[in-house]
Amino acid sequence: MTATESPATEEPTEPVDPNEVKVTINGHDVSARKGELIIAAAERTGTYIPRFCYHERMSSVGMCRMCLCEVDTGRGPALTPTCMFPVAPGMVINTESPVAKAAQAGIIELLLANHPLDCPVCDKGGECPLQDQAVSHGPGESRFVEEKRHYEKPIPISDLVFLDRERCILCDRCTRFADEVAGDPLISFTHRGNETQVLTFPNEPFVSYFSGNTVQICPVGALTASPYRFKARPWDLEEAHSTCTTCAVGCQTVVQSSRDELLRYQGYDSEAVNWGWLCDRGRFNFEAPNSDQRLGTPAVKSADGTGLVEASWSEAITKAAALIKTALDTDGPTGIGIIGGARGSNEDAYAWARFARTVLHTDNVDAQLLDGLSPAVLTLPRATINDAAAATTVVLLCGDLKEELPVLFLRLRDAADKRGVKVLEFTPKSTGMTKYSWRSVNYLSGGQARIVRDTIAQADVAEQLAKGPVVIVAGTANLAESDQFQIDALAALLDAAPTATVLPAFRRGNVVGALQLGLTPATDGMHTDDILTAAAEGRLALLILLGADPLSDFPDTTLATRAFAGARSIIAIDTFVNHSSQHADVVLAAAGYGEKRGYTTNIEGRVVPLAQKVTAHGTSRPDWMIAGDLARALGAQWSLDSVDAITDAIATNVAAYAGATREALAEATDGVLAVPESSSALETSGAEVPMSSGYNFKLVVGRKLYDQAISTQLSHSLAGLTPGAKLHLHSLDLDRLGGPGAPLKVTSKTASVVLTSVADDGVPRGAAWVEFNQSNINIAALLDAASPATDVRVETVS
Amino acid sequence: MARLTESNVKIAREIIGRYPRPKSATIPLLHLAQEQDGYVTNEAMSHIADLVGCTAAEVLGTCTFYEMFKMEPVGKYVINICGTMSCALLGAHELMHHAEQQLGIRAGSTTPDGLITLEHAECQAACTEAPCLQVNYRYRFRVTTEGIDQLIDDLRGAKLTEEIPPHGTVARVRQHIPVNVGVGAVDPDTVSTAPAWLAVKEEAK
Repeated sequence: MTATESPATEEPTEPVDPNEVKVTINGHDVSARKGELIIAAAERTGTYIPRFCYHERMSSVGMCRMCLCEVDTGRGPALTPTCMFPVAPGMVINTESPVAKAAQAGIIELLLANHPLDCPVCDKGGECPLQDQAVSHGPGESRFVEEKRHYEKPIPISDLVFLDRERCILCDRCTRFADEVAGDPLISFTHRGNETQVLTFPNEPFVSYFSGNTVQICPVGALTASPYRFKARPWDLEEAHSTCTTCAVGCQTVVQSSRDELLRYQGYDSEAVNWGWLCDRGRFNFEAPNSDQRLGTPAVKSADGTGLVEASWSEAITKAAALIKTALDTDGPTGIGIIGGARGSNEDAYAWARFARTVLHTDNVDAQLLDGLSPAVLTLPRATINDAAAATTVVLLCGDLKEELPVLFLRLRDAADKRGVKVLEFTPKSTGMTKYSWRSVNYLSGGQARIVRDTIAQADVAEQLAKGPVVIVAGTANLAESDQFQIDALAALLDAAPTATVLPAFRRGNVVGALQLGLTPATDGMHTDDILTAAAEGRLALLILLGADPLSDFPDTTLATRAFAGARSIIAIDTFVNHSSQHADVVLAAAGYGEKRGYTTNIEGRVVPLAQKVTAHGTSRPDWMIAGDLARALGAQWSLDSVDAITDAIATNVAAYAGATREALAEATDGVLAVPESSSALETSGAEVPMSSGYNFKLVVGRKLYDQAISTQLSHSLAGLTPGAKLHLHSLDLDRLGGPGAPLKVTSKTASVVLTSVADDGVPRGAAWVEFNQSNINIAALLDAASPATDVRVETVS
Repeated sequence: MARLTESNVKIAREIIGRYPRPKSATIPLLHLAQEQDGYVTNEAMSHIADLVGCTAAEVLGTCTFYEMFKMEPVGKYVINICGTMSCALLGAHELMHHAEQQLGIRAGSTTPDGLITLEHAECQAACTEAPCLQVNYRYRFRVTTEGIDQLIDDLRGAKLTEEIPPHGTVARVRQHIPVNVGVGAVDPDTVSTAPAWLAVKEEAK
């Protein structure tokens, strides 16, 4: 808000800012903010106070005492832990007085008394706050000559994290993170005094989606992550600022490599997005681009048609161009369908959208695989993550954010848990956010619009929604139903809260960028389900897969399989040979994450950079370049010949991206927002809930963070973390079927599978919840893309 | 070994009901678990975590902080011999040495029959009665070597079962506060300056 009126003053004195606190730091007058901690005020104004336990994104605990300084509040200077005290008017702070220096040196000496000083073999050596501050603020030598405390050298506290208790200085950062930020307090201080150590409960490891952050914030080498252990020394690492594209949150990262190999991703503190945190999937899947299964050269179908053989680029492009020409000659532009494009950069998406429209003249392009809401959601008034975190009410009408958009979960958890934001959740099954919700309402598939209308008609809910800004997080919660149900429910919410803004919970890396830049039918083109149906019915001459794997990812395996059998030719552009691309006639090797420069668009519409840190694998090329190669081979005009040229073309030609010029992007600290003009209301269907006919459960298929996604499976540290698919039923429903653990047969109208059952009272009665895309069972085989919801019969196996 | 028994779960729920936040009952429930098994088992800690709604790691953190919670099996009787100043000056170390000889074990371990655990202790706040020791935290004052012999004989002869309950028992008579008398859980956000029990007492009148 802008200031309305200022009190009339006679003389032009400087306006007094009520939030300003004047203090003195090391003899300089400094203007601090009200409530600001001394350590933070000092750092902001250029005075670094040494610290180990203090972390600006967590509460202060005063554990390490390293930040002791002399502070005079009018009663004479006294040693004060500056991370525990907010500034007060007139405070005189001396961070470098002999007394302060002696105190800091004393703390270092005490911390090092039991520290093993095994820096030469420690991963942290070279980037270690303890090492650095022992040099900058320590006494230089130790008077401690006794035997140091010994513990067993690193013990695994989870599959990903090792703990070396000898190095630990008990700063409480990891345990605080686990408790305050992640909400998984599975590590805790145990024992007392000299024996104090961080431990997990026996046989209950630190299984958290966010455990990697503890490694990053550990100020010593006590916590190390198994994927990076002993891989590099910090001074050998080169780094670049980039964005994680594992999901669509757009966490800001630092991508680090050594000897042209990606070795580590670190979280980068972006006030607007991730606050420095990353999820483990995003942090550790750098192993996938390095995988030996990467596609380094193009491949074409062998002469006998049994497999793929390596080919040169000219050979592969010529063959692909010939396939395109044949398709255009026989079926015309509508005989070509393009699926995918959500994994690349904005530039890739724009180049391919242009290629489809101006070279192929087809509108059959879709970046989604029937697993997200209609792109119409992207034209609703958009909320940012900070809007959601500062709203009065956040309405969740989406899947489990902890599983799908983990760092958005962290931000919303923080908002609900610490900032008084009320969360109203509509979900087919309890989620990671349920615990932090003001109200969590379950519905049965197809019933969400009615449940939403009933709930917002309640007086207290209506009152809450009227209290202030409302942000709706909208996404797919169930892969076994039509997205129209969610759209109808969203429309009902927008009716009740017309000023609400929407944060789309779309999941794939750059899906928002791809959709906003044209990888979605603009007029009467076909969506993925229609493209696959056309292929299955023999109406598709050419299927182009742009990093998509419908055989694994499309929520109707039967249709996808038929489509692959029916499509007359297939061209795949991919980084790996996956289930789908192995059937292709031509596979063009694409450059992967970290191998190409550009920008990506997150769920907020924030355009953020992607860095090229390593050389592209083999002869692989970025998608935009492949589009140009194909265009030229087809004899078309093509001018998008560099990343910069495409970035400029996007800013010029796409209205939403008008602000995302190269100059603006280079200057922006938190990216540039690119959101299409708000358009008219959503198309609602008012579809009735289909009756269940003889089938007795509504199937709900949801996602887990770790699934069979190729970037997870080719990251060997993560591959084993997939939970496997089980049938989750309410315990009362399960009682009728013979109790938990029993194998149960689940039958839909297309197929049946046998699954182990689990009692889960987060699932409403009458619903059956199963994890998507797990190795033990292909639940997508039960799904039918054409039916709005999936009813299943559950029965005991005789 | 064991989770809390069904009857102890009942008691546990009553204890939890006394606190505004279930997690506050962690320590009383650890006592209950120790009373049940003589020490706190891992299974009991997991069970307590379930009951109070936190993680087992947090229960472990609390439990290991306190030395009087035993994480491994101890004897039915735990003898703590004070070794701090007054007791030390009046022969506590000789007493410990004597007890070790008599029991055939070193301080900090348990006799093979599982009856007696011998431990060194810091000041037990009975300096005027030094040297002192505790058996399952029941005092013995001005202890002599003969007194130690007698104590061990009595414990072995089951002559003190009336006086000293097995290790882990805080008290033989359990505090029981009927619901209509207890103050119950007071919401920490609505606490007034007057003691909560006053209002309950007024109401009872």
